Amino acid sequence: MDGFLQQLINGITLGSVYALVALGYTMVYGIIGLINFAHGELVMIGALAALSVIAALLKAGLGLPPVVIMAAGLLVAMPLCMLLAVVMERVAYRPLRGAPRLAPLITAIGVSIILQNIAMMVWGRSYFSFPAFLKVTTYEFAGASITDMQIGIVALAAVLMAGLLWVVHRTRLGLAMRATSQNLSVAALMGVDANRIIVAAFLIGAALAAVAGVMVSAYYGIAHYYMGFMLGLKAFTAAVLGGIGHLGGAMLGGLLLGLIEALGAGYIGDLTGGVFGSNYQDVFAFLVLIAVLIVRPSGLLGPKETDRA
Amino acid sequence: MPERRYSARHWLGVALIAAALLLLPFALAAVGQTWVRVVNLALLYVMLALGLNIVVGFAGLLDLGYIAFYAVGAYAYALLASPHFGLHLPFWVTLPAGFVVAALFGVLLGAPTLKLRGDYLAIVTLGFGEIIRIFMNNLNAPVNITNGPQGINLIDPLKIGDWSLAKNEVIAGLAVSGPMKYYYPLMLLTLAIIVLNLRLQNSRIGRAWEAIREDEIAARAMGINTRNIKLLAFAMGASFGGLAGGLFASIQGFISPESFGLMESVMVLSMVVLGGMGHIPGVILGAVLLTSLPEVIRFTVVPAQQALFGKVLVDPEAIRMLVFGLALVLVMILRPGGLWPSAVRKRELAERHGQGLPAP
Repeated sequence: MDGFLQQLINGITLGSVYALVALGYTMVYGIIGLINFAHGELVMIGALAALSVIAALLKAGLGLPPVVIMAAGLLVAMPLCMLLAVVMERVAYRPLRGAPRLAPLITAIGVSIILQNIAMMVWGRSYFSFPAFLKVTTYEFAGASITDMQIGIVALAAVLMAGLLWVVHRTRLGLAMRATSQNLSVAALMGVDANRIIVAAFLIGAALAAVAGVMVSAYYGIAHYYMGFMLGLKAFTAAVLGGIGHLGGAMLGGLLLGLIEALGAGYIGDLTGGVFGSNYQDVFAFLVLIAVLIVRPSGLLGPKETDRA
Repeated sequence: MPERRYSARHWLGVALIAAALLLLPFALAAVGQTWVRVVNLALLYVMLALGLNIVVGFAGLLDLGYIAFYAVGAYAYALLASPHFGLHLPFWVTLPAGFVVAALFGVLLGAPTLKLRGDYLAIVTLGFGEIIRIFMNNLNAPVNITNGPQGINLIDPLKIGDWSLAKNEVIAGLAVSGPMKYYYPLMLLTLAIIVLNLRLQNSRIGRAWEAIREDEIAARAMGINTRNIKLLAFAMGASFGGLAGGLFASIQGFISPESFGLMESVMVLSMVVLGGMGHIPGVILGAVLLTSLPEVIRFTVVPAQQALFGKVLVDPEAIRMLVFGLALVLVMILRPGGLWPSAVRKRELAERHGQGLPAP
């Protein structure tokens, strides 16, 4: 049983990954009101693609420094995920933009199944372990330990999120995105190319998903074709928790969910006298999701709305 | 309803269909017992799809955790009729038990989610389905209820007195296998569910569901008790799932949480959507098509690959799922009403064309 501080550290690390993925959900939802079910699969493909590149570079034995190898993995994974996101938007979502709400949700499930099975054909069913080329240093303080990898994950996530906030609030593209998310048709009348903005949202989301995929596979040391589903679901929960469509909400929701999971899994055994163990960790995300949707469907930071259709 | 008079030709048609349904297992058995099993499985999926159709098709509530009710029914049956607890109750207790417990779970899911609509409801039901599966996976300690990931074994088959439906035997000189015997109660129950669904659709309740699907606020304004009617949709849909689950447990003789993953929910939903949401013949078509698809693929893809490349390059299971995913996307884009939509739905889609957000 680790101490409170330890759970806190683990929770924040996990939470920053959730937050990155949640941003992808929330941006797309904010603009076109679609739950992009296949977003989690982008995380998975990002992780597996980066892993293949890293493994290949290590095998080539060029003696490159670890940072360069990681960067190479990311530089392959990010464009790949962005390409997939654009294709997905173009083929499966754009034709359905005026359709009843259930239709794009079902195509999103279809896309998710397709990506998963393509990944299974390419990378196989087995688990891939992340090559141990990063020298992880562990720092001890106050009875808890923190690795430099954890620090790196949290720092990189923070930088990316700050960058995203800057783009959304300080650039013309961000202005157009905010306008489109408020009212797509009026933004179009003001000369905003809505299709371009939607594609931009998918692209940014996909890039963040790829980074999150690399982070999570490096952190847990493992990647497999099925990892995207649960991660995506949790990230979606985080987005809903914070208030879907709200960028700050996704970040807050991600961190909170990470903390809830880490603390919940750490303490559930003690709280229930050992009846429930940490194997119920995955239940927390769903309980939080259900509770939030019932009590406050617009999330913590979202606008108060009485009716969400 | 005005009294209808049926002609002799009508009754002849009914008699022919009945005879065909009665003889079907024997015809299939001549080809191979596998096909009898496939038909039985298809019947189970027809039940499931019709149950889900009540929730999704009639009432318009997207449920992505539907398989949880199938699981609950299966576990209810298994716990009451297996050596796990040493209980061996007869089928007329266990099957209704699955039915009732599943209906209760339907209300349990429905009650807190009444206010949610559309994609939010979809996500909550998905979470509910996962929660049920996680509990089934872990409720083997400290008290062993579900036996965890190992699942429950040696579940009793359907038995009438001492006459088990699972055994092969020779009746009046005809070899009758277990699956062939199971076919008859399955078909009977499926027909009963079909009739019930047809009657429901045109009843006061069915029209209320449809009203909620089209516009919940307007439906409430018309005096429909939307809360009760929605709960009823959840309970009825779930109960059919529970019944199918009980039958599944009895046929398989073994169940484990693995059979009740999200993919199964998606599969049943695909049947409803591909066939034609809210249209009973369409849903049946969807269920039959998608259940036979893997068999067809198994008999075509593997030999085709062997002929072309000399070995099996791509796993038929992956191909099946790929076809699934593609079918979901393509049908939604090309035929948003499904393969066999109801006449009303077809008209609506035609009218709706060109409205909504600006086209790309």
